[in-house]
Amino acid sequence: MPPPGGQSPSAVNPAMRIRAREITFAVDFGPAFLKIEAMADAIRIRDLRKDFRLGFVPRTHKILKGITFSVREGEIFGYLGPNGAGKTTTIKCLLDLIRPDAGTIEIFGLSHFAPRSREPLGFLPENPYFYDYLTAREFLAFTADLFGLGRTERDGRIARLLALVGLERAADLPLRKYSRGMLQRAGLAQSLVNDPKLVILDEPLGGLDPLGRKEIRDIIVRFKEEGRTVFFTSHILQDIEMICDRVAIIVGGRIVKEGALRDLVSERVLFTEAVVAGLPPEAFAGIGESVSAQGDRVLIRILDEAKVDEALDLVLRRRGRLLSLSPRTETLEDIFVETVTRT
Amino acid sequence: MRIGAIAGITFKEAKRDRVLYLLFFFAALGILASRVLAILTVGDRLKIIKDVGLASIAVFGVLMAILIGTGLVYKEIDKKTIFTLLAKPIRRAEFILGKFLGLVLTLFVMTAAMTAIFLAIVFAHTLEVEGALLVAVAYIFLELVLVTAVAVLFSSFSTPILSSLFALAFYLIGHLSWGLKLILAKMAPGPGRALVRALYTVLPDLENFNFKTEVVHGLPIPPGIYLPSLLYGLCYTAFILGLAILIFRRRDFI
Repeated sequence: MPPPGGQSPSAVNPAMRIRAREITFAVDFGPAFLKIEAMADAIRIRDLRKDFRLGFVPRTHKILKGITFSVREGEIFGYLGPNGAGKTTTIKCLLDLIRPDAGTIEIFGLSHFAPRSREPLGFLPENPYFYDYLTAREFLAFTADLFGLGRTERDGRIARLLALVGLERAADLPLRKYSRGMLQRAGLAQSLVNDPKLVILDEPLGGLDPLGRKEIRDIIVRFKEEGRTVFFTSHILQDIEMICDRVAIIVGGRIVKEGALRDLVSERVLFTEAVVAGLPPEAFAGIGESVSAQGDRVLIRILDEAKVDEALDLVLRRRGRLLSLSPRTETLEDIFVETVTRT
Repeated sequence: MRIGAIAGITFKEAKRDRVLYLLFFFAALGILASRVLAILTVGDRLKIIKDVGLASIAVFGVLMAILIGTGLVYKEIDKKTIFTLLAKPIRRAEFILGKFLGLVLTLFVMTAAMTAIFLAIVFAHTLEVEGALLVAVAYIFLELVLVTAVAVLFSSFSTPILSSLFALAFYLIGHLSWGLKLILAKMAPGPGRALVRALYTVLPDLENFNFKTEVVHGLPIPPGIYLPSLLYGLCYTAFILGLAILIFRRRDFI
């Protein structure tokens, strides 16, 4: 029911907003009425299960064993896991390409079974599978038609997207003539045709050179700045670490770790690496272990933080030269390797 | 709108298929050859031209429907283009209907082109356009629509080779099932007759769309036969498409 004065709920300037995990209560004391505005997660998956029966004599393979996690609006969420962990199956369930055996999936509060739930969504598959006889422009026009965009809006948006992904000059070449990086960009463009609130990217950085990876990474960060939610899988943990707000790690069909990156990755120093010249490796016995030696340079790994000063004293005393000293803190890769190995 | 977009892309894809042009070439050759055959024949030459021409349109049209139709959905799954497509807000039913209509449009264009050649040959012989020929062609096209639906049905769960065999079997059974009608007339009531009746009801009877003999020989066609044949074709097509949608909706795309 519209509030008194004909103001729409979104136009109300709430005096107080209490944010719970999934529900926002907007309490407006001005016109003396109380409004409760539900704010759903971008993605909410609960107890998702999927078995496949494969082989000549069909055997049941449990792929997803009760996946539960949420992706909040406006965040970049990284979904990690080793090969065969169930990442792509989760995405396919999310897109209704695979029917789950149990569990629920909601996209902005709508059941994923409803085609409407895919209206605010853009998807880039792991490998760019497109109609290779179409040009990028034709392909984007076809995608726009699926969303029912008008001709003028469609043409304007296609031109902007081609510029965004840097394919203006190749826009009228058939997609079969594209390199992998170009196809990835065309894929990214098609995933944005409907100006989605949620972008799902399956391994968007796979198979790209460092420059291509940086470009895609920058685009993902720009998505967040534009207020979009990004859910993506990747094997390249450095990239995830650079851009993700939160991550979930899936191993063997189960989520084994989930949370904000800053909570998962501690500031704790694992060890300190020192590169010293002019001293033999044996000089550091009892302080740290010599990892490698090249010419008169020695790389020492000091596990005990208290012994770093001792190492520096030694270098000064024996007139060696300290070339570098770098404390190594925990990375996402450490957590990933530890989690996967333990599981 | 979405069905139209999928139909458009299917038409574009089918248009690129070399098999289509190869079959069209042979169909045109068959129609043109009817003139040569007519010259070599003793008797009514026009009947030969009409008979061979209509048969060419029917046979090559069916081959087009089967050979292209059976790969339609399968190729989308095999090349994984379906992942991008179904990730959009489209229903699986819309996908099947779009694919079906795209191929129907392709077949319409091809049938129109074959008919144009056929009518030109007949016109060259008689110097007049026979409307009855168009009726025969229209019902051939209706048959092609049904065969296309069958091809799409099999394509939604099977490989193109198997689907082609199944669809071809459907076509052959469809043209032989009228024999069951003759058997029914001679059978005494009982379980055997009920079984044959059930079989005849389930199996397609594509002879409902065959007006070639009447048109070629100038025999009268009872006016009451057009509408039931049309309804039979449309209902059977809707049933087959419904089945295809039902199967396709349950599929997982791994």
